[in-house]
Amino acid sequence: MIKKLFTYLALPVIFIWLLITSFNASRFRPDSAAELLTDASWLYNWPRWLDIPLMKWINDWFRVFNQEYGMYFEAVNNFLLGAILSLKKFLMMLPWPLVIALVVAIVFFSSGRKLGTTVFVGICTFFIGFLHPRFWDKAIETTSIMIIGILFCILIGIPLGIAMSRSIRVRNATLPVLDLMQTIPSFCYLIPGIMLFGLGAVPAIIATVIYAVPPLVRLTDLGIRLVDTEVIEAAEAFGASKKQKLLGVQLPLALPNIMQGINQCTMMALAMVVIASMIGTRGLGDEVLLGLQQLNVGKATEAGLAIVLLAIVLDRITQAYGQKVQDRNKPPEK
Amino acid sequence: MSKIEIRNIYKIFGNHPDQILPMVKEGANKEQVMEETGHTVGLDNVSISVKEGEIFVCMGLSGSGKSTLIRHINRLIDPTAGQVTVDGVDVLSLDDKEILDFRKKTMSMVFQRFGLFPHKTIIQNVAYGLEIQKVPEDQRIEIAQGQIDSVGLQGFENQYPAQLSGGMQQRVGLARALATDPQILLMDEAFSALDPLIRSDMQKQLIELQSKLKKTIVFITHDLDESLKLGDHIGILNGGRLVQVGRPEDIIMNPADDYVKAFVKDVNRSKVLRAQTVMTKKDQFDTTNINPSTIYKIDENTVIEEIIPKVLRERCTMNVVDKSGNTKGYITSDELSKALTKH
Repeated sequence: MIKKLFTYLALPVIFIWLLITSFNASRFRPDSAAELLTDASWLYNWPRWLDIPLMKWINDWFRVFNQEYGMYFEAVNNFLLGAILSLKKFLMMLPWPLVIALVVAIVFFSSGRKLGTTVFVGICTFFIGFLHPRFWDKAIETTSIMIIGILFCILIGIPLGIAMSRSIRVRNATLPVLDLMQTIPSFCYLIPGIMLFGLGAVPAIIATVIYAVPPLVRLTDLGIRLVDTEVIEAAEAFGASKKQKLLGVQLPLALPNIMQGINQCTMMALAMVVIASMIGTRGLGDEVLLGLQQLNVGKATEAGLAIVLLAIVLDRITQAYGQKVQDRNKPPEK
Repeated sequence: MSKIEIRNIYKIFGNHPDQILPMVKEGANKEQVMEETGHTVGLDNVSISVKEGEIFVCMGLSGSGKSTLIRHINRLIDPTAGQVTVDGVDVLSLDDKEILDFRKKTMSMVFQRFGLFPHKTIIQNVAYGLEIQKVPEDQRIEIAQGQIDSVGLQGFENQYPAQLSGGMQQRVGLARALATDPQILLMDEAFSALDPLIRSDMQKQLIELQSKLKKTIVFITHDLDESLKLGDHIGILNGGRLVQVGRPEDIIMNPADDYVKAFVKDVNRSKVLRAQTVMTKKDQFDTTNINPSTIYKIDENTVIEEIIPKVLRERCTMNVVDKSGNTKGYITSDELSKALTKH
């Protein structure tokens, strides 16, 4: 009761405070507030003084933030860049037929030895380089950034999803944040990303995580909550602790949904890495950008096709594994 | 001393159960509470006591609160008010860790839709309770194998639940529950999802197992025939209230209210009533006009279904005796026709 009363009182107070500060901070305010009563013209068009100085606040805060904590971001930047570079170098060091062979082997085993899918993915991989020799290295660059990004998504997304499924409070607090992450245009966080980390691959990773993590979080949460209540009750009735329940029952049974989440995450990460070429991330995206800038339709199409092929390969790998898990977990016949 | 003692349990579902409790205690029924407050009354002042080694059947239609009641015994649900004692231990006073220990050691549960783990093989499913108790793997596989053999599922150890039929799945459920060797078995509509033939098969198997193991079993069902067949005592729930508790014959002969009457109406009485209930006591029975050669001895616990054909065919008299052979009373066609007449 008291808590409710407090919110009802606090919200109007905050609103009035915002109005007054906005008014006082504005360059366009009339000399005295009394003028507002005599001159009603401000009621026709939106008055220029009725404007929260949010931009100024954020810029001021961001400047201080950047000065104070810039070195930490520098450290994160160096670490991430190092990770991407070593992954990239390793993949580029391998001869391309070996990389194709590796991809084929991964698909073969993750799909449960489905021959059709394996051959199809092998051909797709081959065609990425076949479209244009330069695309091969670019695709590897894109993939390295994505792999690091997805790794972060998994590290953040799955634990967060688990926390959401366990507590309504965490869920209520997280859902609006996820909504925000999914609706806010990606350039809004690409820009502060650049200012904190400089141009290149690292802001792309940050953007990738922001853009691609929500579906993984949602699907992990959903997957765990969708596990048959009777199965959960069975585990509880045998005295399983929360940890035993989570690791032994909930996560394995939520795995098809979680794999779907990782699949979605991968696809969105690819989309973001392409967009991130606009802030200087190298990879297949900058081929598209180049084609666009030169009005070279053929070039843009070739690069676009290469991205589609890469998407197919990544999709098949993650999808195939999810499918295999799902087949095994088919619920008992009723 | 009873094994499980439930005293004055109330369970109210909703946002503010504590505020609604006084209203329910004053006698408001389920519909009134729902209409006025939006809260659902799950259980309304239910008290039962289950003796060691018996099968207590809890019967009622869906929504009567029987599944809620059984979940209070292992505290999968906490009551709004009341007391649950198992083996003298106040279950509600246990803390989080103790309750896990209590569930591991004292009881296990069988579910209506089996509640098997679809990602585990049959033997892993059966061994689950032991896995939770951190029993070493070779040992738990050995025990699980023994249970699988005892329910007749040899050869299916490495299959997944989805590959088995319903009846087989429920036998896995039963084996899993027995693998931890609990004193108490909670069976939540365990056979309701099975088709009639398999169901009666499972009932027989349960009775056989019970005659060997002597567990304390709380069995939930909505099927009166099943409860009459299995139950040593039966409790009938309606709208969260316990309307009658008694032995199967009590329920049939003296239904407490119209609800129970409606249940009992279509029951085949001859399958339930025992000789000792039907007989005329020996001091009230006049044996002078009866030809001694037409008197047969039967045990007092015989179900009358077994003697009806003989009595009708031969017009004979049944001499009801107890275990040591002492005469307790007599049954003729008169007693039978009286017992089988519906009220």
